[in-house]
Amino acid sequence: METIAIPAVNLAAIMPETVLSVVGMILLLINVFLPTEKKAYLGYLSLIGIAVSLFYTMNGWGTPQEGFNGSVLLDNFSHFFNVIFLLCSALTILIADQYVQREECNHGELYPLILFATTGMMFMASGTDLMTIFLGLEVLSIALYILAGFARNNVKSNEAGLKYFLLGAFSTCFLLYGMALTYGATGTTKIAGIAQFIAQNSILSKNPILLVGMLLMAVGFSFKIAAAPFHMWTPDVYEGAPTPITAFMSAGPKAAGFAAFLRVFLVALPMFKAEWTSLLWALAVLTMTFGNITAIYQNNIKRMLAYSSIAHAGYALVGFVAANEVGVAGILFYLLSYTFMNLGAFAIIILVGKKGEPNNNVSDYAGLSVKHPALALAMSVFLFSLMGIPPTAGFVGKFYLFSGAIKSGYIWLAIIGVLNSAASVYYYLRVMVFMYMKAPEEDFAWLKVTPAFFVTVVIAIAGVLVLGVAPQYFLKLAQIAVMI
Amino acid sequence: MLTHHSYLILSAILFSLGALGVLIRRNAIIIFMCIEMMLNSVNLAFVSLSKYLGNIDGQIFVFFIMTVAAAEAAVGLALMIAFYNNRESVEVEDLNVMKW
Repeated sequence: METIAIPAVNLAAIMPETVLSVVGMILLLINVFLPTEKKAYLGYLSLIGIAVSLFYTMNGWGTPQEGFNGSVLLDNFSHFFNVIFLLCSALTILIADQYVQREECNHGELYPLILFATTGMMFMASGTDLMTIFLGLEVLSIALYILAGFARNNVKSNEAGLKYFLLGAFSTCFLLYGMALTYGATGTTKIAGIAQFIAQNSILSKNPILLVGMLLMAVGFSFKIAAAPFHMWTPDVYEGAPTPITAFMSAGPKAAGFAAFLRVFLVALPMFKAEWTSLLWALAVLTMTFGNITAIYQNNIKRMLAYSSIAHAGYALVGFVAANEVGVAGILFYLLSYTFMNLGAFAIIILVGKKGEPNNNVSDYAGLSVKHPALALAMSVFLFSLMGIPPTAGFVGKFYLFSGAIKSGYIWLAIIGVLNSAASVYYYLRVMVFMYMKAPEEDFAWLKVTPAFFVTVVIAIAGVLVLGVAPQYFLKLAQIAVMI
Repeated sequence: MLTHHSYLILSAILFSLGALGVLIRRNAIIIFMCIEMMLNSVNLAFVSLSKYLGNIDGQIFVFFIMTVAAAEAAVGLALMIAFYNNRESVEVEDLNVMKW
């Protein structure tokens, strides 16, 4: 009879997650006693939780904490990602209140669910055991299924939730089967253990079971980061989900998917680098090209940004293919800047939308610059950053991703990436053409900038510009973070 | 003679059947049942591998998968009920409000 040794508990290794989930549970209790019109208080309380969690994250930089028998490792890599996740959820909470009041789905569960989803993302980034990564992924996904279908009287939101649920659960099965096969081939679920086992038994690198396991895990993760050809859910879910949640989904969970993807492939499967780089090369090219080409044909701005987010996952995959220090640090930097620019853009989409969002088409932005010049300017900054035009964060991020690819000898991949980025200018500029060069058809009288929105847009612009003008400091942090 | 190979083959068959079901069936609840079957085939693989390797990790994994599957079922059925309230159907053909 095998006995199970109780592993040493190191709470410091899960402190940021613990804070968030405890605050989330307390908020669920408070929610019961709060009348509908006061649900915004839950948002402020959750911001406090996020601030405390951020404090623990910042505080722990440089001192890696391992816990739970090596299944959680809170190192610089996960710290960097935690900052992305916390930023993303804080900005989402700031823009959510006005939206849920307008759309009459002001249920207090929104805020705890965002916190739980963030907890899941953090476990994905800090998990060093396939089990922890799977649990983090599911905590994230289950919260997101609910969030996508949050506006429960809205058919579009129902449909988004159900689609996301069916396809998400389907893809999780592939991920799990891949994990099972990897476990079968190596006899452990610890990422470090897998790497060690493969290094010691080099015959394994020809083992078809391990290869299939790796492929299946790649499928599961590609679904999460919405890489083509596993992206079919993205446009529908992004369009149907409540707009703040779309903003959240496009930045946070994508980053979490990349965190787990990077850790599993770089740490556990470096022996298969030749195989997975050629696989990811194809995925990156497909994802970028497909995302950009389809985005050109979109009229609905949420859908357009959904396809553009597919394309952005493709750019980040370029850094993954490079798999060197510059490329991987570029991914981290890019995901951070993408959080700022995308949440900023979505904040403005929420502001411009009317109840039920009948006016989400690009043409509905006609003449925004005449009525609201500051908002149009802010939107332009975000769009320039999404295009990758200096001096914004998007440019620096893409620059490092592509230079990483060139450094590893993937010249063609970098060229395809740059061409794609050039093609993307068309559909981003189209929004700006409508904002600046068309006469206003509406008076935008319903548009009201609340303090929360003001703060969000200012933070987002500051992030985009600071990361774009002075990227050295953050890039240095990213380079320290990727030494995993 | 049943070896661990037989279990792994059975698990692969169940997994493929489940995946096939997800792709060809048209009712969301049946699709969900197929997904559950895929999850259980993974459980079978984990348990038989755990027995074969003499290592307990795989069996612990199974507990987590079962827990997660239960949580997923709760959320998934709730989403289907919400959809049914608005569309009076859970056929995937009716998931057609949004099109590109």
